[in-house]
Amino acid sequence: MTDVQLKNMTLNFGPQHPAAHGVLRLVLEMDGEVVERTDPHIGLLHRGTEKLIEHKTYMQAIPYFDRLDYVSPMCQEHAFVLSAEKLLNINVPIRAQYIRVLFDEITRILNHSLQIAAQGLDLGATTPFLWLFEEREKLMGFYEAVSGARLHAAYYRVGGVHQDLPDSLIDDIKEWLSGFDKIIEDIESLLTDNRIFKQRTVDVGIVSAEEALNWGFTGPMLRGSGIAWDLRKSQPYAVYDQLDFDIPTGVNGDCYDRYLLRIEEMRQSANIISQVLEKLPSGNVIIEDSRLNPPRRDEMKYSMEALINHFKLFTEGVRVPEGEVYTAVEAPKGEFGVYLVSDGSSKPYRCKIRAPGFPHLQGLDFMTKGHMLADLVACIATLDIVFGEIDR
Amino acid sequence: MLDIINYDAFLFLITIFAKILVLVIPLLIIVAFLTYAERKVIAAVQLRKGPNVVGPFGLLQPLADGLKLFSKESIFPTVANKFIFILAPMVAFGLSIAAWAVIPVADGWVISNINVGILYLFAISSLSVYGIIMAGWASNSKYAFMGALRSAAQMVSYEVSIGLVIVTVLVCVGSLNLGKIVYAQQNTWFIFPLFPMFIVFFISALAETNRAPFDLPEDESSLVGGYFTEYSSMLFAMFFLGEYAAMIMMSGMTTILFLGGWLAPFDIALLNKVPGIIWFAGKTSLILFLFLWVRATFPRFRYDQLMRIGWKVFLPLSLLWVVLTSGFLIVFDLLPGNV
Repeated sequence: MTDVQLKNMTLNFGPQHPAAHGVLRLVLEMDGEVVERTDPHIGLLHRGTEKLIEHKTYMQAIPYFDRLDYVSPMCQEHAFVLSAEKLLNINVPIRAQYIRVLFDEITRILNHSLQIAAQGLDLGATTPFLWLFEEREKLMGFYEAVSGARLHAAYYRVGGVHQDLPDSLIDDIKEWLSGFDKIIEDIESLLTDNRIFKQRTVDVGIVSAEEALNWGFTGPMLRGSGIAWDLRKSQPYAVYDQLDFDIPTGVNGDCYDRYLLRIEEMRQSANIISQVLEKLPSGNVIIEDSRLNPPRRDEMKYSMEALINHFKLFTEGVRVPEGEVYTAVEAPKGEFGVYLVSDGSSKPYRCKIRAPGFPHLQGLDFMTKGHMLADLVACIATLDIVFGEIDR
Repeated sequence: MLDIINYDAFLFLITIFAKILVLVIPLLIIVAFLTYAERKVIAAVQLRKGPNVVGPFGLLQPLADGLKLFSKESIFPTVANKFIFILAPMVAFGLSIAAWAVIPVADGWVISNINVGILYLFAISSLSVYGIIMAGWASNSKYAFMGALRSAAQMVSYEVSIGLVIVTVLVCVGSLNLGKIVYAQQNTWFIFPLFPMFIVFFISALAETNRAPFDLPEDESSLVGGYFTEYSSMLFAMFFLGEYAAMIMMSGMTTILFLGGWLAPFDIALLNKVPGIIWFAGKTSLILFLFLWVRATFPRFRYDQLMRIGWKVFLPLSLLWVVLTSGFLIVFDLLPGNV
């Protein structure tokens, strides 16, 4: 018999692939249906966000953060405004902090519902997708109520939030909350105990606790492996230290655990939202400081000072003291950090963004080695990657 | 002067041709509206409205879709083997229509009442894998090829258990003729004594027609479009029509084998007055609804899991039932004689 040299098949997966979650391109080495090596190629959505921010004032930079991970916009705004506030050394009004927590958690539900929906879709279950998108529509309605935009809110400001909540919003959120448990139960009835769903996710894409730490995983990818690390508990920002919530963790670190974890996190978020609605204090929603906060419209009609402040604020922007700072928030996908260097001008000297999806994507190779092609799809879904933040 | 024999042969051909038209044209219309039904049923499950713009209740949507596909350009990949590339959807479509030749939709309403009807059906549905393999091979695309390979493995595996289920039914009937299979269910439908076989058959039918949760060959999330990734326009539509015609065919087969074909549920004069075709269509629609319901509810199996179920669960189960059923029939001397 002649010696035949067998070569693995190279498969180009994406960027137009339906399961590539945006513009992911993978070069796969396949042995039949089995994935031998996964080589992610990134950068197809690179927009130079970090560089662009260096040429924008602090307020102009905020919308860029909506456009990083476009599934969880407000959490990222939060990281940026926190870092600027730390450099400015100011205290944000309590009501604004509660509103930020409220919208951080709404964002978390937005993100997790998309993740679970997309995971279902990638595994062939189409129905959870539609059911959860119904909820996302309602949540984006809340976004719209406060900011006027359904997706790219640009609602947080250095020193608070842009406007107070509209009158009926709290009742609307309460009404939505009362029906949300039912939706989660419905989704669980379709997926959690479904044998096919379990066969597709249990023991697929296992990440051990050690691997998760070594690869810099955060968020559900880390907690799914059993490490209860959540920035909301370990270094509380805003008013998270005054709220009562649990950090769910997984056991096996497989796709199924991470799915259960995200379901539980949605429940916890709903719980946090109801606590915030109970405790929401009255008061200002943005710091009363003419350097940071535009004056009221009517004040500008008769006050020269106010007019000058307004002009300075919208032409030059806020001058932030020299220094550097790293702040991170627990975004739905993991630790979202902003490393901000200021040279004392009104524009950041450098703004490095730590996107949680970036380290997660690096782990795809070891997660999928030896799995089948269909498992790769499940792994991509469980990583919860969004290319806005990975490519930046 | 017209020879009398030729005249007869001519008449015969005309009748056959008319019969085929009478069967195929409604069949194609039903296929078109099955896509509409599928979209409506899944929309209802997913709290949506489904097609509701084109025509009253969106009823003209299938026609609009067909028109759209018809007017699109056919795109041939440069590396494709054009002859096989074009032949493949024709094979897939032609075979799924050809299978209908032996299916009795009502008492005596059948194009060809052959004695080996069930074997013919089995052969045709086995052949349909060729359309898929040819498509995957001729496209010269990796995704299409993998889809075709998956599909071939899947169809071959599930045909084994389908075959054994059919054997079980045949043992109870004593004939391969589809009409006689229906008549044998005059008193009891086979779904009652052979319920586990009905389940096995239904699930295998899902796999055989590449429907969810066994729609791996066209697994959108990992293989883009599976074997018809590279197809467009009418060639794509033919695959689509073929798939749905096969779905109706498998439902019809389930009806004949287990649900008493065109027979009324109870042997009551009033129910017997209803034409057989209504009963047949009703039962088939019920099975089709199950197809759609399953699709809306379940995630998809993985390739190896699907093979495992086929070979390690269904095959032993159906084999066991063949043995049990024949044993039962022999012991109690119920074996049907030469019918």
